Amino acid sequence: MTLASSVASTSAPRVGVLSHPWVRFGLRRLGRLLVSLWVLVTASFLMIHLIPGDPVRAALGPTAPPALVAARRADMGLDDPLLVQYWHYLQHLFTGDLGTSMISQLPVSQIVSQRLPATLQLALLAFLAAVAVAVPLGVLMGVLTRRGHGRRTELAFTTSSVVVGIVPDFLVGVGLVYVFGVNLGWFPVAGNATPEAYVLPVLSLAIGPAAILARIIRVEMVSVLEADFVRTARAKRLPARAIYLGHALPNALTASLTLGGLLLSAMVAGTVLVENVFAWPGLGSTIVSSILNKDYQVVQAIVLVYGVGVLVVNTLVDVALALIDPRSTIRED
Amino acid sequence: MWRRWTSVLRTPLGVAATALTLAVLVLAVVAPMIWTDNANAVDTGNILAGPSGDHWAGTDNLGRDILFRTLVATRLSVELALAATAIAVVAGLVLGTSGFLLGRRAGRLISAGINIAVAFPGILLALFFAVIFGVGATGAVFAIGLAGAPAFGRLTHTLVAGIESRDFVSAARIAGVGRPRILVRHILPNIAEPLVVNATIGAGGALLSFAGLSFLGLGVQQPHYDWGRLLFDGISSIYVNPAAALAPGAAVLLAGLAFNLFGESVAKGLGVGVVGGIPALPPAPPALATEEVSVVEAHHEDTDLVLDVRDLEVTFPGRRGPIRPVRGVSFGVRRGEAVGVVGESGSGKSLTALAVSRLVSETGRVDASRLELLGTDLRASDSRAQRQLLGTSLAMVFQDPMTSFNPTRRMGSQLAEVARHHQGMDRRSALARAVDRLRSVRITEPERRARQYPHEFSGGMRQRAMIGMGLMGTPALIIADEPTTALDVTVQQQVLDLLQAIREADGVALVLISHDVTVVGEVCDRVLVMYAGRIVEDLPAGALATDALHPYTRALVAAVPDMDTDLDQPLAVIPGRPVDPADVPPGCAYAARCPLASARCRTEDPALVDAVPGHRVACWHAGEPIDVEVADREQVRVP
Ligand code: SF4
Repeated sequence: MTLASSVASTSAPRVGVLSHPWVRFGLRRLGRLLVSLWVLVTASFLMIHLIPGDPVRAALGPTAPPALVAARRADMGLDDPLLVQYWHYLQHLFTGDLGTSMISQLPVSQIVSQRLPATLQLALLAFLAAVAVAVPLGVLMGVLTRRGHGRRTELAFTTSSVVVGIVPDFLVGVGLVYVFGVNLGWFPVAGNATPEAYVLPVLSLAIGPAAILARIIRVEMVSVLEADFVRTARAKRLPARAIYLGHALPNALTASLTLGGLLLSAMVAGTVLVENVFAWPGLGSTIVSSILNKDYQVVQAIVLVYGVGVLVVNTLVDVALALIDPRSTIRED
Repeated sequence: MWRRWTSVLRTPLGVAATALTLAVLVLAVVAPMIWTDNANAVDTGNILAGPSGDHWAGTDNLGRDILFRTLVATRLSVELALAATAIAVVAGLVLGTSGFLLGRRAGRLISAGINIAVAFPGILLALFFAVIFGVGATGAVFAIGLAGAPAFGRLTHTLVAGIESRDFVSAARIAGVGRPRILVRHILPNIAEPLVVNATIGAGGALLSFAGLSFLGLGVQQPHYDWGRLLFDGISSIYVNPAAALAPGAAVLLAGLAFNLFGESVAKGLGVGVVGGIPALPPAPPALATEEVSVVEAHHEDTDLVLDVRDLEVTFPGRRGPIRPVRGVSFGVRRGEAVGVVGESGSGKSLTALAVSRLVSETGRVDASRLELLGTDLRASDSRAQRQLLGTSLAMVFQDPMTSFNPTRRMGSQLAEVARHHQGMDRRSALARAVDRLRSVRITEPERRARQYPHEFSGGMRQRAMIGMGLMGTPALIIADEPTTALDVTVQQQVLDLLQAIREADGVALVLISHDVTVVGEVCDRVLVMYAGRIVEDLPAGALATDALHPYTRALVAAVPDMDTDLDQPLAVIPGRPVDPADVPPGCAYAARCPLASARCRTEDPALVDAVPGHRVACWHAGEPIDVEVADREQVRVP
């Protein structure tokens, strides 16, 4: 009798799909994503209108004939009322139409789809590299510096990882170019033609985040190793490997994942600088040259793509977090 | 305040960062005054030359000296970074305080906006603003400043929210002071310190970001130059003269690190200081008097012992020398016997349990002249055989079932693990056994439950599952440390009944640790009373109510409310405080609280000796009548 009542009190009553924690989590997260997307799209739309002066005149240069400028403005609908333009902008976005480059006359969507894969590759490889280094390093450091151990190791590791973590990716890139390109000649320093050409750009993007991530994982690991459930695992007399990797690590990672997501979205954006160090044929080098050329349609589209990339990453991280640690979906209720 | 700021100088890193920051600032002021001419001098004979005696870092494409240009660029680089930081802080302050000034609804909207903006990386925001404000130094200052604003906005918002609820703010509000005035007079002064610290860190970030924008060609334009611009010009000729890129690169890096680390060090200095090292442990003193050991030996020299503990001591390093919360504990547990351990918190009862099961954290040291489970010496170092014995023969149940399971793993797999590691079962049969064990601890629908996560279990179920986990092996002993304390009163009895049932069915011995004499008296055959890291009385549970001899035991029993107790009255407690393990007095540790204490008690420590067979007590005046008047007078009624 008492048993039955205790069971009944724990399994949540299911009143319709909407009250299911996972559904509510999904809706909440979707809502946040949509609002952020709307803000992003609106900001990218307004960008062109916030630029002082006439963007078409700026792009075509002071010598362009006024008739051409006027025609271009009409093409782009820049003379319509703002709200109408906004409506058209949204409509075009839905059909995948990002406009036409004012300089090259190519469809912007074509430019973006040509350039996007290289940037994605760079960001993803760098993220994988950072995780592949940071997780083992952080776990190892966490075990070595757990309570009552390795004070010196801790100080040395923390100090060096703080310093490495601050160095911006493009400076790492310049250093790598000098050492491995100019001095040793081991790796190419421009383009993405060969697999070797990936090494330096990926490293420049990965080293800083790897240091930050390893530091966070170490801290989490040290605190998780003090947790009650680790004591339970020890009480089960599991081998050290099972305790550290099977019990402590997943929990340390859960806490580190939020930060990992921030790092990943920072890496997406970090490609802008690194691509310019290594003449990488991606979105990052394109956006910079487009800004300098005042090719605002292209800039607008690429800002949008980067922004969407960041939002997607953030959402994925939230979902992954919820899958790994289901409590977090409940907790927010 | 000043002293706290200078605390940054306590670490080597802090000293280095401070020195470097000062050097950068001095250089920013003096370098352009001294070296501007050298930096602009064109040496047509030396275009794009490498480092030489004349030009230490070589020359650029006009033959200008890279080193001087790098030094002179310090001012512009620092100025632009500081300007951008100022914009970020001011804009952040406006954003962060607007919620306070404009009221709740507008505040919510703004903070939602801030949260969205913060999700985008700074460089992306900077590019966005750089497009709007145009290419060039001024545009870049605004771009980087505004890109940093959301982060400062969020910081300010958090800080303001923290201060807002304080008494002095409420008081000012009640007194009719307007919000802007409260903000300026009361709130801003209180959040200034963290803001300044973060602005310092932010300046480092701005310096690096600015170098980034200039490096992209979007920041400073010729003929002006900052470090990023020099880097931009130098990178294209890195094969000809690497120093042209490396010198400004190194300058950016050093300056950025300096500001950043200076800020971080100050932040740390304002927070908690670093704790000093741990003093080395002196060797443990010789164990208790031999007289006592022989008494114990006479008692428990029987082969039926599941657990045999002699002279157990646990020592931790402390700030002022070693602390010994368990000071020589000896007892045995027979097959199927239930032994209760009672005492106040800090009496060493839980630590005794952890020490016996070899789970004391690594900073602690466990010593014993004997520590045997089923005849196997546990003092030997951690071997596979020993792990297997402990893993299958000893079950532990901890106090808090909420935190004692791994939140990220399914219940079934957490139980199955034991069988997989110690009994060599494969995944499937281990899981089948886990389900079976869950059923045996009366968990309904064990198949479904095994696939659930700990948070989907109720507290009582979790504790039963914990017991089930102990039953994965074939335990000879269950050590349960306050197994019901964290549970609802309604399910406490279930858990105790379950333990009782397992004991009766399988002849498993039980050590039940509790602060609750009633629980222990109900469940156990024998009771060990602990005080200040020692056993002060060891008696049959039946003797507890009437025949306890030690004054402390009698006080514990007396403090239990019974049918006659007026439940509206607060419970009686034992007067005085428990002994601090770091500071154990000479003589009987209980003397300060004992109504029977005599002069002898304060100098000589009583040993645990037989009073009657099967009943040991450590007291010079064991069993002497306690003057009820005195006892009553000393009883403190807590409000
Ligand atoms: S030895 Fe003395 S002080 Fe200690 S409990 Fe007995 S009577 Fe009290």
